[in-house]
Amino acid sequence: MDEQESDPELDKIEVTRRTVIETGTTALLLTALPHAALAAGSVEDKEPPPPPVTIGLRINGQLHSLTLDPRTTVLDALREHLELTGSKKGCDHGQCGACTVLIEGRRVNSCLTLAVMHDGQSITTIEGLADGETLHPVQTAFVEHDGFQCGYCTSGQICSAIGMLAESRQGMPSYVTQDLMRAAADLTDVEIRERMSGNICRCAAYPNIVAAIKQVAGMPT
Amino acid sequence: MKAFTYQRANTTAHAAAATAKPGAKIIAGGTNLLDLMKLQVETPSQLIDINHLPLDKVEETSEGGLRIGALVRNSDLAADPRVRQRYGVLSRALLAGASAQLRNKATTGGNLLQRTRCYYFYDITKPCNKRSPGSGCAALEGFNRIHAILGTSEQCIATHPSDMAVAMRALDANVETVDRQGDTRAIPIAEFHRLPGNTPEIETSLKPGEIITAVTLPPPPPGVQVYRKVRDRASYAFALVSVAAIVDSARGRIRSARLAFGGLALKPWRSPQAEQQLVDAAPDTSTFNAAANALLEGARGFGDNDFKIPLVRRTLHSVLAETTGA
Repeated sequence: MDEQESDPELDKIEVTRRTVIETGTTALLLTALPHAALAAGSVEDKEPPPPPVTIGLRINGQLHSLTLDPRTTVLDALREHLELTGSKKGCDHGQCGACTVLIEGRRVNSCLTLAVMHDGQSITTIEGLADGETLHPVQTAFVEHDGFQCGYCTSGQICSAIGMLAESRQGMPSYVTQDLMRAAADLTDVEIRERMSGNICRCAAYPNIVAAIKQVAGMPT
Repeated sequence: MKAFTYQRANTTAHAAAATAKPGAKIIAGGTNLLDLMKLQVETPSQLIDINHLPLDKVEETSEGGLRIGALVRNSDLAADPRVRQRYGVLSRALLAGASAQLRNKATTGGNLLQRTRCYYFYDITKPCNKRSPGSGCAALEGFNRIHAILGTSEQCIATHPSDMAVAMRALDANVETVDRQGDTRAIPIAEFHRLPGNTPEIETSLKPGEIITAVTLPPPPPGVQVYRKVRDRASYAFALVSVAAIVDSARGRIRSARLAFGGLALKPWRSPQAEQQLVDAAPDTSTFNAAANALLEGARGFGDNDFKIPLVRRTLHSVLAETTGA
């Protein structure tokens, strides 16, 4: 590709709300990095950034116009450009599920998809689930059943559970569904555990997560 | 991640022409490609986004089979009522792969083209003939628990990680492609993936500037369909061994058997010799043993993966017992 000149807009150091709030050395170092470097992932890259791309994303019902390094994942767009830090970066490789959001109503790993690929689409994050002060039923159930300990995986668990419940209503089978021809499988413990296997919880709050989801699914808990 | 320019393909012809350029890569679901780009295993200078091409339909063919567009998501294909009813082995294999979040993004074409999960292929500080031809194979003398026991070479002992492709191999699927001249062809899935030999960096029979448009399935063969996956945890893990089986039996005789295996080789593996042992035979232990012996002729472990030889034998026994009611 042609060598691109460094974009001063991308290289400028921004002082954000988080820079002021967070005092840890690592946090300061990270927020002081240009966005291009954050988009580049864990491996250092000293090359000039590629030309930025302008896209529109409807996030939690609100339209945002963003000018991004094309390497920016949906997760980094949310966390680093829109300050929506509820979606968490766990592994950044699609293995832990902490970054799960709903894109066009379907649950995906936001760390493994580029923001530019979703121009014009709707994204729902953990910040967009409550209706004012009223929590989403899945959020309420997680609170009632103590479906978390440290909380780091929780926003991913909740977004994933909402996507999973919708899939289940639409008749999506799972690997443990006995009869593939049944319209919809009952959300038993085994079904929920299989369907939620893309969300890892290091605190092992799994029994309570399963109980919370069963309650929302209307299954006896 | 290395810098790249991003382009959206508006037509299949545009996508095929664009991929003929050195450094250009197609992105569809992106779940494997972006993972590899973050690690700089893949360093494309140009990404061609094909997500807007009209390749997202599952259609009936005039022969009574199905034509699956290259962009049909793994979750949608697994849930398709026609797949669930007539190609249960494919639905099960898809549902056995990855997580729900990944299946919502991953595409039919991309699943076929996903790269091996060999640890040394993923680690750019280690030699790997597939990633860096001529650099050597760190897996041969390294930790090779997940590696191949069939069809290996001194250059590469990696496996192909797909579940979907294993079921498609049992179903004798065809991979439809188009090239930059607009010429189309159908590649039998048996010839689509290549064994490593001396060129492990060449993984498929796709030519530069040729892209997958669809996968076609012939009408479903008669028999019971089973997909069995053996792995280190109950869900969300790659196969150590997997078997896609379609076995037709009645009155104490096996009429036909198709067996495809994952986790054993750099491509979904079929053994005509093993299948031949089953045809017209009684579904009993000695028949199953004969099939396993035929399958494993020439199998070789590399230390940590020696266990796969007895594991595939036992898994095959179990699957044959299930499909024949023995």
